[in-house]
Amino acid sequence: MRKRSSFSKAVFIGTIVFLSLPLLVLVLYSFNESKSGSWTGFSLRWYVKLFTDSPQLWRAFGNSVIVALSSALVATMIGTLGAVAVNWYKFRLRKYLRTITFLPMILPEIIIGVSLLVFFSGIGLKLSLFTVFVAHVSFNLPFVFLLVLARLEEFDFSIIEAARDLGASETQTLLKVILPISMPGIISGFLTAVTLSLEDFVITFFVTGPGATTLPLYVYSAIRFGVSPVINALSVVMILGTVALTWSTRNFLKYIAAK
Amino acid sequence: MEYGGAKQKTVKGSDVVIEHVRKSFGDFKALDDVSIGIKKGEFFSLLGPSGCGKTTLLRILAGFESPESGAVLLDGRDVLSLPPDGRHVNTVFQNYALFPHLSVFENVAFSMRLKKAPESEIRAKVADYLQLVELQAHAKKKPSQLSGGQKQRVAIARALINEPSVLLLDEPLSALDAKLRQHMLIELDSIHDKIGITFIYVTHDQQEALSVSDRIAVMNAGEVLQIGTPQEIYEAPATDFVAKFIGETNLYEADVVSVSGETVELSVEGFGIIKVTATEPPPVGSRVSWTIRPEKIRIGLEEPRSSRNGINAVSGVVDEPIYSGFQSKFYVRTPSGQVLKVIKQHADWSDEGPEIAWKDSVWLSFSAEDAYLVEVKR
Repeated sequence: MRKRSSFSKAVFIGTIVFLSLPLLVLVLYSFNESKSGSWTGFSLRWYVKLFTDSPQLWRAFGNSVIVALSSALVATMIGTLGAVAVNWYKFRLRKYLRTITFLPMILPEIIIGVSLLVFFSGIGLKLSLFTVFVAHVSFNLPFVFLLVLARLEEFDFSIIEAARDLGASETQTLLKVILPISMPGIISGFLTAVTLSLEDFVITFFVTGPGATTLPLYVYSAIRFGVSPVINALSVVMILGTVALTWSTRNFLKYIAAK
Repeated sequence: MEYGGAKQKTVKGSDVVIEHVRKSFGDFKALDDVSIGIKKGEFFSLLGPSGCGKTTLLRILAGFESPESGAVLLDGRDVLSLPPDGRHVNTVFQNYALFPHLSVFENVAFSMRLKKAPESEIRAKVADYLQLVELQAHAKKKPSQLSGGQKQRVAIARALINEPSVLLLDEPLSALDAKLRQHMLIELDSIHDKIGITFIYVTHDQQEALSVSDRIAVMNAGEVLQIGTPQEIYEAPATDFVAKFIGETNLYEADVVSVSGETVELSVEGFGIIKVTATEPPPVGSRVSWTIRPEKIRIGLEEPRSSRNGINAVSGVVDEPIYSGFQSKFYVRTPSGQVLKVIKQHADWSDEGPEIAWKDSVWLSFSAEDAYLVEVKR
C-alpha cells in the first residue's frame, strides 16, 4: 500500500475539524447551564424549555412540516410525470421544457423569491401558508424532475413498448413498469424536496404571510434578540432526527434494491 | 402442454398480408409501397442493411408505428387501427427489453397477470415456457443476473406465453457473440418447429436469414427487392443489390449476343462468350448484369474438357490465395484484368489434384446452370 503523505492527512483532518467543530460547539452549548457564552455547568433545562415552553417554536415547526410534506408530495407527483413525459414521449417544445424546468434550480433564490412575490401580488393572492406551499412546490420541482429523469435515462424505451406489446394499457404500463423502476429516483426526489423545503429561508421570507412563520424564519427572528440556548437544543434534536432519517432511508433503499 | 407432443411440424398462427405500406420520417422514406404476403406458420425473414426499413415494417406490424397508407391484414382482418395491446402479435426486442424490477418468473408471467389468470394456471404455464427455453433453474433471478443468451430466452418465453398468432423478432441475436448466436439460431428454429406459429424475423445478417427462414424478403432503401426461398435468393438474385448483399459473389455487366430457350449467350469484356441462365430472357443487344457464386466455379491447372453443354471456361492467374481453414479463396485475374473470386473447399484424401499457389496459371470453369442473369440495364 502506498504511504499517504502527511500533507494530505493534515488537509483531511483540517477539513473534518472545520466542518464539525461548529456542530460540536453547538451540541456542547445546548447542555450549558447559563444563557451566556461561557460554560457554567451541565444542564438539560433548555431541552425542558424546548419541549414544554416554546409554543411559537412548535407552531413554526408544525408549519414547516406541513409545507415540507405537502410541497414535496405535490412536487414529486408533478416532477415524476414530467420526467416520464420528457424522457419517453415526443412532443413539441420538449427540449425547451427541460431547460425551463431546470431554471429555478440555477437562478439565485432571491430572484425566485422576488418574482414569486410579484406574481402573487399581481394575481391578488393573499400571502399565507398556501403561498409558501406554492413557492416550495415550484423550487422543489426541478430536483424531483432531475432525480427521476436520471433514473429513467438508464432504461430503454423498448421496455415500455414491451409492456404495451404484452397487453398492458397505458395506465397499467405506468403503474406496473414505469413507477416501479423509477421508485428509487422518486423516493430520493421526495426526500430531497422535504429537506430543501424544511431548510428554505430566502424564498419563504418573501412569500410568507401573517401566521405562516416556518421554522427557519422563526429561528432567524429569535436570534435577532440574542442566541437562545433553546435554539441550540432544537438544533441538536434536528441533527439527531436527520441522522435517524438518513440512516433509515438508506436501509429502506437498500431493501428496495435487493427486492 | 401447448407446444409439446407432436413430432411433425404443426402449422398454426396467422396469415400476414402487408399491402402497399408507405411510411416516411420527415423527408426520409422508410417504406415505399411495400407489399408482402406471409403464410400461416412460416418462418419469414426481413433481410436488409440498417436503415432499409425492415425494423420500421416490424414496428408497424407490432403497432408501435402507423403507416401513412396501406393495410396490414392478420387472417384477412385489418389491424392497423388496433393498439399494440389489442393485436394478437408479440415482439422479441433487440435489446431484450426485460423488466429490470421483475424476476425471470414474473417477467414471463407479466401478460398472464394482466389478464388476471388464476395463480395455479400462471405457475403451471410459466414453468412450461421456462422449460421450453431451458431456464427453469433461473426463475428467481433478476434480469441483471443473467447472461445475454439467457436474457434473450426470457424475452422469447415472455412473448410466447401470450400465445400470439405471430411472433415478431427484431434482430434478436445481434447482441450475442458469434458462437452463441449460432446456438440460439438453432434453438429458435426448433422452438418454431414446436410451436408452429408465424415467425417474422428481422435481421441484417444474411447467414442467419438463409439458415433458418422458409422465405426471405430482401429489402433496401424502403423497398422489397426480392421475396423467395433461401435457395432462390442466393442462387438467382433478382437485382444487383441482392446478389452483392447475400453471400459473396462475382457480378459483371455484359451484352446479350444470342438467346436459345432459357440459356443466354453474353459477351463479357475480358472473358469472351459466357453462357448463363435467364428465366425471362431479354432481347439480343440488351445490356445486362450476371452473377456466378464463387463456390460454383471449378479451379484447376488444366483446361477443362467436358462433353456437357453449357460449360464456360476462363483462364487466368492466381492473384491472391486466401487460406481460411475449411476452404481457400482465390482471386483470379483474367488476361484483360477482370478479377473473379473462387472458393475451393479443402479436399479430403480422395482428391489428388495439385495444390494451387500464388502466380499459378489456372483454368476456371462453371456451368451455365449456375450462372444467372440478374438485371437488364437497357
